[in-house]
Amino acid sequence: MSRDDQGILWEVFIQVKAGRAYKHVGSLHAYDKEMAMKSARDLYTRRNEGNGIWIVKAEDIVSSEASDGEAFFDPSNDKVYRHPTFYKIPDGVKHI
Amino acid sequence: MKDELIDYCLRLGDSSLILSHRIAEYCSKAPILEEDLAITNVGLDLLGQAENFLNYAANLKGNTTADLLTFKRREGDFRCLHLVQTPNTDFAFILARQFFMDCYHQILFKKLLNSKDETILGISKKAIKEVNYHLDRSSDWIKRLGLGTKESNERIQNAINDLWMYTDELFTDNSTDLSMEKNKIAPLSSSLKDEWSQMVVNTLKDSEIEVPEDIYYSLKYGKDGFHTEYLGYILAEMQHLPLLYPDATW
Repeated sequence: MSRDDQGILWEVFIQVKAGRAYKHVGSLHAYDKEMAMKSARDLYTRRNEGNGIWIVKAEDIVSSEASDGEAFFDPSNDKVYRHPTFYKIPDGVKHI
Repeated sequence: MKDELIDYCLRLGDSSLILSHRIAEYCSKAPILEEDLAITNVGLDLLGQAENFLNYAANLKGNTTADLLTFKRREGDFRCLHLVQTPNTDFAFILARQFFMDCYHQILFKKLLNSKDETILGISKKAIKEVNYHLDRSSDWIKRLGLGTKESNERIQNAINDLWMYTDELFTDNSTDLSMEKNKIAPLSSSLKDEWSQMVVNTLKDSEIEVPEDIYYSLKYGKDGFHTEYLGYILAEMQHLPLLYPDATW
């Protein structure tokens, strides 16, 4: 093992409270799942930030490319009708 | 009985204090960033445990505080175990020392949950959760080093061999132990040995590390106030600032 081999890169997600969505908080290096979980606990929950941890190998995440931006996202720019804002809400409906 | 209870609190408090100081010395020197933070967290847990025991000792003594006990006490009045005074030779030594202490702490604090002394019971209740995690981590590393490469196995074997002789103090009874057991405050140190040996031997065997022969190296122990050559240097570093500037505040 060379000196700068710090293992695999993992992405860490923390759940603040039961029922809430897991949010990405950062990444870490570890050689396997067990070590990644222990390090995540030490790095990202030491100030009582959460009660659940998800860890994913960074290489297993499929992400969009920055260069795809135009084709992927621009076409939705001028399609305001995709937002449900063209309806009149009846007075009786409160929680919407 | 009060003197023995103070002595017992100093033993637990000082051992955690000096171990936490050794870990603090290692801060920023671990092989990887993640590990550096993890081991420092363990040191902070130990410092918290030390503070609890030293606060209790200070209350029992009267006219002193945990800070005064830490920063204004002479070497011969410390009651820490020899094992925690050993230097940070390399990562394997740090982990081996930690593993021995984590096993000892887990077994001890579990038994202290039956203590008749409510303060000791309370401190132990809080500490046991931390210690369970410490042991989980250190035993994991023992396995990784033992089953890792030829070099990592040699290094951890070397550390286990070198530190083994310091473990007999953990299970030796003195007059304080006898008094604590008689008053149902704490178990005899000797009563922890079988469980500890089983725990350690199992982990070492799973890690392809050989179990050393028992060695009785010393007639004088840290828990009786007789220390290794290392403690004086640790205290010199730890205490010099408050001794030079007695009124310094944060």
